[in-house]
Amino acid sequence: MTLLRQSWAIAGKDLRIEMRGRYAVGLVLPFAGTLLIAFGLSLGPGRALLQQTAPGLLWLAMLFASVLAFRRSYESEGEDGALEGLLLAPIDKAAVFLGKAAAVTAQLLALAVVVTLLVAGLFGLSLGSQPGAVAGAFVLGTVGLAAIGSLFGVLTESSRAREAVFPLLVLPLATPILVAGVRATSVATSGGTGAGSWLGLLAAFDAVFVAVGTLVFEFLLED
Amino acid sequence: MPNTAERAMGKLTARRGERWLGVLAVGGVAATVAMGLWVTPPDAEEGNVFRIIYLHVPAAWLAYLSFLVVLIGSVAYLVTKRTRWDWLAAASAEVGVLFTGLTLVLGSIWAKPVWGTWWTWDPRLTTTAVLFLIYVGYLAVRKLPDSPARRARWAAVVGIVGFVDVPIVHLSVVWWRSQHQAPALLHVAPRMAPVMAAGLMTGVAAFTILYAYLVTLRLRVGRLEDRAVAEALSPRLGRSAEELMDEAASPQEVRAHG
Repeated sequence: MTLLRQSWAIAGKDLRIEMRGRYAVGLVLPFAGTLLIAFGLSLGPGRALLQQTAPGLLWLAMLFASVLAFRRSYESEGEDGALEGLLLAPIDKAAVFLGKAAAVTAQLLALAVVVTLLVAGLFGLSLGSQPGAVAGAFVLGTVGLAAIGSLFGVLTESSRAREAVFPLLVLPLATPILVAGVRATSVATSGGTGAGSWLGLLAAFDAVFVAVGTLVFEFLLED
Repeated sequence: MPNTAERAMGKLTARRGERWLGVLAVGGVAATVAMGLWVTPPDAEEGNVFRIIYLHVPAAWLAYLSFLVVLIGSVAYLVTKRTRWDWLAAASAEVGVLFTGLTLVLGSIWAKPVWGTWWTWDPRLTTTAVLFLIYVGYLAVRKLPDSPARRARWAAVVGIVGFVDVPIVHLSVVWWRSQHQAPALLHVAPRMAPVMAAGLMTGVAAFTILYAYLVTLRLRVGRLEDRAVAEALSPRLGRSAEELMDEAASPQEVRAHG
């Protein structure tokens, strides 16, 4: 249970930093909004096409905006040697991974709420039929994204050159989240069936990457 | 068990083993060309375009085999911390990216006349494209860190995570495709003429030997890089290059020296 308590402490620290710095609110959210406007402009004003592509655009905005959130999560560790302090602290390294992932999950969920409302408004996506399935897709998808992002976010710490590699690494790995998230959202919003199996796939992805991340995270830090 | 594997690796990568592999690889590729272009007949339906399969299928097999080797090298490195396992993973990833790219290009060339398009979102194609991107990311990560030990550890983690991801990617793409009502794709004829099957087998064997040969060459480059670093450092540390290389090869001794 110490692992949980330690993770909780790390997550609390990261969320406090966000509460006081307002980075996600000031940068990640506007970026997601810019993306959605750009998508809308590139696809033209035709309502039918926008409605049809809305679930995909929603998840693309989430995916790209989350890259900024992960970067921020480790940027704050690069300042004032904070990461060294974290590594010297008498806690399990896995707790650092789990705590950071939990904090990023919370931030991405808040982002998801705003992005979904924006998409509903801008692209006319109706959320009425199965809101539970849509919410499930976002919770599960966000956990998986946060697991990959918090695992490899540590590679971006302390160097500009490394930041460029991060999206190249994370976006292909997140393919299953994109596919399953988009399908689940589109099935649920169009009133179809079969969202459950996509949610199952997302849950499996989460289980695998939270477990793998917990196991291998220490190798990224050990120096 | 790792020791036996390491000894076998040592034998294959010695200069003699390397030369034999090279001769076999060239001979095998020549045999594949002969089988593919002259010995086998053109396909009843696809005609001569079919012959690309003698290269495409072996390349695809190697794409997946090389990333299995990356996984093995990565896990073995994290367990033993011996640099040769890291070099094996690196060599296999470079050759693997080459063969994965070749698979995609050959597949496209074949698909244009047969399917009428350069690309379809077929699950196997899509998974292979994502696989290609994941391992391009692996190679990019190898360029990042400033110390070899850190590079090896980071790369090993990416090698493991990437390999675990590929089956999930494939599953998701298969489901995604089945919802879209995939057009009936042409599959390889279930009963292949024996001479065609022989051509395919020749190709698979030849490409596998070629893969082993390219990996041994890349491993030698890795060793030479290690040696160059050791020789540059040896006057400053006042120790012989051989001593430094032994240390890098088995990190337990580093700790003993403090």
